Amino acid sequence: MLAYLIRRVAQSGLVLLIVGMVAFGMFRFVGDPIDNMLGQERTQEDIDRLRGQLGLDQPFAVQYFRFLENAVQGNFGVSYRQGRPVSDILLERAPATLELAAVSGFLAIAMGIALGVFTAIRRNGFTANFIMSASLIGVSLPTFLIGILLIYIFSVELGWLPSFGRGETVRIGNWTTGFLTETGLKALVLPSITLGLYQMTLIMRLVRSEMLEVLRQDYIRFARARGLRDRVVNFRHALKNTMMPVITVIGLQLGSIIAFAIITETVFQWPGVGLLFINAIQFVDIPVMAAYLMLISVMFVGINLIVDVLYFLIDPRLRADRAGAH
Amino acid sequence: MTDTPNLEKTPVRDKSRFAVAMESDFVYAFKRSPVAIVSTVVVLILVLSAVFAPLIAPTNPFDPASLNLMNGFTAPMEPNAFTGDTFLLGTDDQGRDVFSTILYGMRISLFVGVAAVLFAMVLGITLGLISGYFGGWTETIIMRTADVQLTFPSILVAMLIFGIAKGVTPVEYRDQMAIWVLILAIGLSDWVQFARVVRSATLVEKSKDYVAAARLIGRKPGAIMLRHILPNVLSPVLVIATISLALAIIAEATLSFLGVGAPPTQPSLGTLIRIGQGFLFSGEWWILLFPAVTLLALALSVNLLGDWLRDALNPRLR
Amino acid sequence: MTEPVLSIRDLSVEIPTRKGVVCPVDSVSYDIAPGEILGVVGESGAGKSMAGNAVIGLLNPPARIAKGEIWLNGTRIDQLSGDAMRRLRGKEIGMVFQDPLTSLNPLLQIGDQLTETMLTHLDISRSEAEKRAIAALQEVGIPGAADRLNSYPHEFSGGMRQRVVIALALCAEPSLIIADEPTTALDVSVQAQIVALLKKLCRERGTAIMLITHDMGVIAEAADRVAVMYAGRLAELGPVREILTSPSHPYTDGLMASTPLASRGKSRLHQIPGSMPRLNAIPDGCAFNPRCPYAADKCRHDPGPQGVEGRAACWFPIVRERTA
Repeated sequence: MLAYLIRRVAQSGLVLLIVGMVAFGMFRFVGDPIDNMLGQERTQEDIDRLRGQLGLDQPFAVQYFRFLENAVQGNFGVSYRQGRPVSDILLERAPATLELAAVSGFLAIAMGIALGVFTAIRRNGFTANFIMSASLIGVSLPTFLIGILLIYIFSVELGWLPSFGRGETVRIGNWTTGFLTETGLKALVLPSITLGLYQMTLIMRLVRSEMLEVLRQDYIRFARARGLRDRVVNFRHALKNTMMPVITVIGLQLGSIIAFAIITETVFQWPGVGLLFINAIQFVDIPVMAAYLMLISVMFVGINLIVDVLYFLIDPRLRADRAGAH
Repeated sequence: MTDTPNLEKTPVRDKSRFAVAMESDFVYAFKRSPVAIVSTVVVLILVLSAVFAPLIAPTNPFDPASLNLMNGFTAPMEPNAFTGDTFLLGTDDQGRDVFSTILYGMRISLFVGVAAVLFAMVLGITLGLISGYFGGWTETIIMRTADVQLTFPSILVAMLIFGIAKGVTPVEYRDQMAIWVLILAIGLSDWVQFARVVRSATLVEKSKDYVAAARLIGRKPGAIMLRHILPNVLSPVLVIATISLALAIIAEATLSFLGVGAPPTQPSLGTLIRIGQGFLFSGEWWILLFPAVTLLALALSVNLLGDWLRDALNPRLR
Repeated sequence: MTEPVLSIRDLSVEIPTRKGVVCPVDSVSYDIAPGEILGVVGESGAGKSMAGNAVIGLLNPPARIAKGEIWLNGTRIDQLSGDAMRRLRGKEIGMVFQDPLTSLNPLLQIGDQLTETMLTHLDISRSEAEKRAIAALQEVGIPGAADRLNSYPHEFSGGMRQRVVIALALCAEPSLIIADEPTTALDVSVQAQIVALLKKLCRERGTAIMLITHDMGVIAEAADRVAVMYAGRLAELGPVREILTSPSHPYTDGLMASTPLASRGKSRLHQIPGSMPRLNAIPDGCAFNPRCPYAADKCRHDPGPQGVEGRAACWFPIVRERTA
């Protein structure tokens, strides 16, 4: 297991290095950083000073190394547009995105698994068939249309929930949270449904098909033949085996949630890093784009690693291989 | 419990290719599937009206001369209070006929979608053939790149490519180039699927005798790949292309909706929805609703068609 | 005569298909006495497993019992509710499947699988269940049973896993075991051990066993009586010695002649021409008539008598002189 994990960590590191290369390439070659950072009124002196400051006079490899070094320390340079350190802006924005992602991720996983199991067990039931058909439309609906639809129903027509923003937030240290105020919680409802719905349908359909596959297995028949209660057969025997392949996908979906937050945040003008990223693209604010890319890669890679570890915890067959049984 | 296949089929030789095609299982399955027929009809109607938009559309929304600001915010099928003009689907804030903007917008959406998928297809097939046929470090580089790219959602990759390309393009050309940048971005974010399928099919075909035979008689690798291997991977490629088209249309709409796609001067369906969202609260629902419904119909029918194709052509891909 | 553990009366199972109803089990009757091993033989698709599934109430829909009765220890069980039937499974009827590699849940320790079965059916504490689990594993010959409770299925060999499966089937002390091809997936050397184990448990506990197999060798080794099935019908039923040495149904005769048995010496193996008909293409009359060397006109129109104890389902049973 250790060797496997080390290999996985090494692969992850390689991915991050490549992404770092891309981010650095963007930073260095897309537009001229000097142009972007200094205004129209600049002297050659300013240019040379900044060039030295940024290390742009160094060889390429040195520059890349310094970029990585800075990135590891959380230093991604200064936003062209806002003139503030990118890391400050990201830290300020991160809580909004993470809270939104956490709520929708929880929603997607909990509802997805529950509905997937339900539709698998009641395979031929009316409700199950209805849910399946509805999910097909759900998969084809672009996220932003779902958001608009929800805004139309719950904000415009019914006036129950706010259509934009985070509501009131409470500051705890460096973290701003919307969980503690009524307006904050209300503001979370529509965005988190919008963001979670697509992932929920995916997880549900996957859980359903995996569960149906597992329910066909001999050990499920054998469990029934031993007279175990349906509840035990479905949840103790079938669900655990179903979760094996589902975990991988859930891991990937969690990453996607953070990426798809870009869309949801735009629809609801949610002040998170996704909205920041979209604005950065619109204004070609390269340092922000590069930093966002690095940040999200670290998250993806981290989630993938966690999924690998979870595999070992769930499946005894993998754990056994560590002893080198064969 | 399966019946033995009917071996006494009529000889096909003296029939036209069309007649043979009409008797195939594929056409039979098509005729039996209402979903396939309905979605094909919807796709055909939408594509034809997009292609012939200049002939169908009552006005050209890009021709400033045909616009009358007085016509702004006219509700569907109601005569305008000032000019008395009536519009099938109403007008937007600038007095543009919504029906016409949808037709023209769909043109751009479809063009970007089709072009992006074609680009992704050509790129993916080429890289897939090369990595499958030659193997070695070429394969390693191509497939590792694919793996890394697959780690990220393709919409994110597309956004990033769009952002970079935008940064590289001089400011004055940005709006003009936006459509092409969009095609590049979506295409580059979507080649991996094609490359993977083509590569694995190439690996299978490569080991077969007829490829060895073609090699023995001295055919060049390029000719072998194009003439012998490529035809064998076409049906999975077709399936992926159809499903990719639905995804590309949605991706384009999403990017344009986010304001990082087609510019307001060349609005696609996504841009129209972005514009329409601004009028959601003020009651001009038609500016948003009709483009949204059109996008839905387009995406859903292409998607359903793709699903059906996948089941009909290649159950293994399920 | 003691009351049979299991009594099947005129049982039919049917499956509605698009092309009409097929009948994988057709009017079958047999009994199993306490401590008796009834071998049920036949080719694949003969309906022998389907009958077993009907008894334990695990027919896969749309298959269903069309007619007939199933009695277990004097109680009719074919009309029980789903939950009442579930209580019987494991408690009164144990089941052993063909493939031990897939019969055990790979993610659960075998100790857990044993105790959950016992706790479902028996009113005992968890520690008592664990004690019994160890005893059950010992009984089926798992070495170091106490240490193996926390093992996962993949840590056992195929033969050992089948022993675990048998322990699982037996742990709530049912009066009937349905063993569906219990040796088919095992190595030949292990097969004999498993057969011997089943025999031993049957003798010691007085458990009745329905031993479903297509392997005449296993039948000869283990069974007390044999039911021969062909195309869903019972061809012949009788004590194992009689069936093996003097079969009276032409199908059984062909089956015996095509099985290598050491006792028969070096005579050439026989083949039955043709193959068993598909369920949707069972011929009129006796199902075996197209392959039967003795078939007469009558056999092609009339299905013949029902097979029961001591009477083959045949118009022209083979009559032999008893040599013993």
